[in-house]
Amino acid sequence: MASEKGVMLLDFWVSPFGQRARIALAEKGVEYEYKEENLRDKSELLLKSNPIHKKIPVLIHDGKPICESLIIVQYIDETWSDKAPLLPSDPYQRAQARFWADFVDKKVFECGGKLWKLKGEEQEAAKTEMIEILQILEAQLGDKKYFGGDIFGFVDVAFVPFTSWFYSYETCANFSVEEVAPKIVKWAKRCMERESVEKTLPDPKKVYEFVRYLKKRFGIE
Amino acid sequence: MVASAAVRLFGMWASPAVRRVEWALKLKGIEYEYIEEDLSNKSSSLLEFNPINKQVPVLVHNCNPIVESLVILEYIDETWKENPILPVDPLERAKARFWATFVDVKCREESRKAFFMEGEEKEKAIENLQVQLKALDEELEGKKFFSGDHIGYTDLAVGWMAFWLGVAEEAAGFKANYDVKFPNFSRWMKDFLAEPVIKDNLPPREKTVEFFRAFKQLGSCTKVNQK
Repeated sequence: MASEKGVMLLDFWVSPFGQRARIALAEKGVEYEYKEENLRDKSELLLKSNPIHKKIPVLIHDGKPICESLIIVQYIDETWSDKAPLLPSDPYQRAQARFWADFVDKKVFECGGKLWKLKGEEQEAAKTEMIEILQILEAQLGDKKYFGGDIFGFVDVAFVPFTSWFYSYETCANFSVEEVAPKIVKWAKRCMERESVEKTLPDPKKVYEFVRYLKKRFGIE
Repeated sequence: MVASAAVRLFGMWASPAVRRVEWALKLKGIEYEYIEEDLSNKSSSLLEFNPINKQVPVLVHNCNPIVESLVILEYIDETWKENPILPVDPLERAKARFWATFVDVKCREESRKAFFMEGEEKEKAIENLQVQLKALDEELEGKKFFSGDHIGYTDLAVGWMAFWLGVAEEAAGFKANYDVKFPNFSRWMKDFLAEPVIKDNLPPREKTVEFFRAFKQLGSCTKVNQK
């Protein structure tokens, strides 16, 4: 691809992984070109920029692609380091942040997917798992303003996009996030007071419409 | 030598993730106390330090636990500045992290399937693994190591494949054929294993093959999860 100056993000509107990158860019005040991908007909640019995984998001900075959402967020933090640090400066606190972001990565999306894809006993098992995940995260958050303490940080960026999926999880699996993890719900509201989050996250009802569309497409009642 | 009685590593002798941390500690000349865990009977210390995943490796520095081997590697690099293992440039760091995640998530998944499964599923996993090895082979074009002239973070991350892939092949009876198909990768495996810090920090091969043979017989009910 041409070595064009500037920042471009290849993304898909409902992707929580893409939203991480968008929130990080907004926190840093970085101007960029947003390109919506049709995931059923991926662009040449996407396939060239991420030949291994062929997935969004991909950040393209001065013609160079960076893939994988948490890697993109760290790249953004390290490149535009003069403003809004997302990772703390202390190595131990950084390790904690990386661990919890990795925890969100490994647990939330996959378990969430099971909640709308599965039925019956399997769905119940997934619901139990999701409640456990939310309660672990709630314990980690504690009474802090954000996962990063007073500062909106790496773990907040990693997890907050999934909050617009809570309504879908609740509706599909019949439970209440507020009942099982009230601090998480309060934290989500605090995050929505930030412009970067408020302007990035889709309406939960729109996410649910998307889930219903996926269920139809995959023949899941 | 950076003396530090305050550094402890909880590990298991056959675990590639644990060795990865030991390689990093030794590259930096950090002294540490090693504690061997019996994963079928985990110590209360391990469970206290890693209550979420209950796995090895766990690095404990000044009583603070750090878990997940790639997270530990970055912690080591940021805490002890001599012999840096990650590059300075953000783009190069992103690439290093990309390859580390690729081998830890994707290659490990296909290797696991090739190891545990049989028949068509095994064949499919080996095919997928070869596609992944091709990507790694291409990445090594013109380079001695993934990190350049010297081993670094990416080599330490991919390192398990240099030794444990061969062990898995022998224990489970399959061949990924990298010596024939992927000359750069094959050459890298030999060069990596010849590095003093690596060569002197590998488990005994025969014993490891036996361990993995037994591991396979236990099947997918294994509790030995390593990060």
